[in-house]
Amino acid sequence: MNIFRHAVAFTAFLITSFVTTASNAALEIEISGGSAQQIPIAIVPFGQAGNLAKVSDIVGADLRRSGLFRVLETGGVASRPTDLAQVKYGEWAALQAQALVVGSVETLPGNRLRVNFKLADVLKQTQLAGLEYNIAPNQLRMTAHKIADVIYQKLTGEAGIFASRIAYINKSKGRYALQVADADGENPQTVVSSNEPIISPAWSPDGSKIAYVSFEKKKPIIFVQSLMTGQRLTLASFKGNNSAPAWSPDGSKLAIVLTHAANSQLYTINADGTGLKQLTKSSAIDTEPAWSPDAKWVYFSSDRGGRPQIYKVSSIGGEAQRVTFEGTYNLSPRFSPDGKSLAMIRNDGGKFRVALQDLTSGQVQILSEGAQDESPSFAPNGRVLLYATRIGGRGALAAVSSDGRVKQRLSESGGDIREPAWGPLLN
Amino acid sequence: MNKGMMNKKLLGSLLLAVMLTACKSTPMVDKPAGVEDKSPSAAATKPADAAGAPVADTSGVKEVVIDSNANAGANPLKDPNNILSKRNIYFDFDSDAVKAEFRPLIEAHAKYLLANSNAKLILQGNTDERGTREYNLSLGQRRSVSVKKSFNLLGVQDKQIETVSFGEEKASPNCADENCHQANRRVDVAYENE
Repeated sequence: MNIFRHAVAFTAFLITSFVTTASNAALEIEISGGSAQQIPIAIVPFGQAGNLAKVSDIVGADLRRSGLFRVLETGGVASRPTDLAQVKYGEWAALQAQALVVGSVETLPGNRLRVNFKLADVLKQTQLAGLEYNIAPNQLRMTAHKIADVIYQKLTGEAGIFASRIAYINKSKGRYALQVADADGENPQTVVSSNEPIISPAWSPDGSKIAYVSFEKKKPIIFVQSLMTGQRLTLASFKGNNSAPAWSPDGSKLAIVLTHAANSQLYTINADGTGLKQLTKSSAIDTEPAWSPDAKWVYFSSDRGGRPQIYKVSSIGGEAQRVTFEGTYNLSPRFSPDGKSLAMIRNDGGKFRVALQDLTSGQVQILSEGAQDESPSFAPNGRVLLYATRIGGRGALAAVSSDGRVKQRLSESGGDIREPAWGPLLN
Repeated sequence: MNKGMMNKKLLGSLLLAVMLTACKSTPMVDKPAGVEDKSPSAAATKPADAAGAPVADTSGVKEVVIDSNANAGANPLKDPNNILSKRNIYFDFDSDAVKAEFRPLIEAHAKYLLANSNAKLILQGNTDERGTREYNLSLGQRRSVSVKKSFNLLGVQDKQIETVSFGEEKASPNCADENCHQANRRVDVAYENE
């Protein structure tokens, strides 16, 4: 049978739940730990109508969650400036604030909102940033996240990630839903749902599509779905299993795993489903491909040496080289965005945990504390790793800073959440 | 034996062959000969013979109804008293070796497949929930391939078998003991369009 024969089927796929978001419960986040040196920041409640989401609360929660900020209680300060001209810096210096945020939300004609904010250095009494946004009301939460990103970037020198989105699988009442939510767990929306399992969601680098594996036809098949339109492409539906999609950094192709009639092997395929090429040829299991950020290598899991370890192969094919030597069980390689370190799942004395290996020194740090942790996924700035864990017998998401200091748990009451994937930064 | 007699015999065999071929064009499931045969050795030792099995096979042709599943009892695959309704093959931890106790089950299904060339088997590998989902998907596949090889040895061709894996996706969650994990480490035997 010709394995290249399979036609690529485009289906205009209307997902009923795509537009119904109201019934979805938001993830709840619980934070522990924090950076040793946190920046004290005061965020004055924005001048805004009471029926809108409170921008200053969203910004404060974002910054607090990063572990890098101490968000100060402002209730004891008498003044409520909404612009820097109204600020009496002495009041905020007395609070020990180094940075101050003020702003407002105005209602414009035609159901629009104008959001303003200013960030000031309290000691120097100077403006560090100031932006104005003209938005539709349903963009208010995302605008608050963008403001938090600007503040984070100005004060830490690194890109913020609050305006990014995460994807995960939510199993509830026997149904599986691939959902996307804001990085703070709010605003969850169902991308696709099925009574059969869905696993391995993977964001396209431009954030417009998600590849995933669905068992809806009683076997694993890879689909690529547009978030905006719901249009669905059957990327790979060959005989046997089709799984583990991983986008190349430029989004032009994916590494995938096919079995045909035998063991799992790596292939690459163009994003439109054409041009299938075999990447590895072994009599072992080769799976869980991950591209290096420079696109030269595909890292993967294999038991070709007896126990599962991580290997790499040139993205145009060739001999595989072993990457991990420490430990008896290393799986799920994931690159940090700067390409300098590799996250993985390690069997740590019978417990499956997230580990981070420095690719230069080879040093490995265990970052998570669960017994069945899975699916590590880097935030786009590399500062945080999201992963799947189990709490009270149910799946939940957790996050840990890449230095291991700040830990978060994201759970939804009643849901069983797994397979997280952090989406790219969007402008 | 003289030459004339030999020719006569040959002619007889040819005629029989032609008749059998003619019968084959009628859609049929033979009276489930493979099903009732409790002796596993029949299929195991001479798998190739099953297709050319003489006269007895033709008697059951008319009883088979293509589209009717109205009478589930008539379908040997669904008959709880028939070994063909047994569909689970269990494995030891971290192993893809097919244990001897599952030979009769595999032989019965092999015989059925050889007698029903249109039947397509789907072998679905499963694992317990320890380890990562994608790796377990590959482990489950290794088990389904291991079972497929047992079928191949009994003469069943790859075109009648698809090997797939559900990995840990169908595992009972939160297993607390080995019995529970054991129940998850299995290959399920399914037929296409079943």
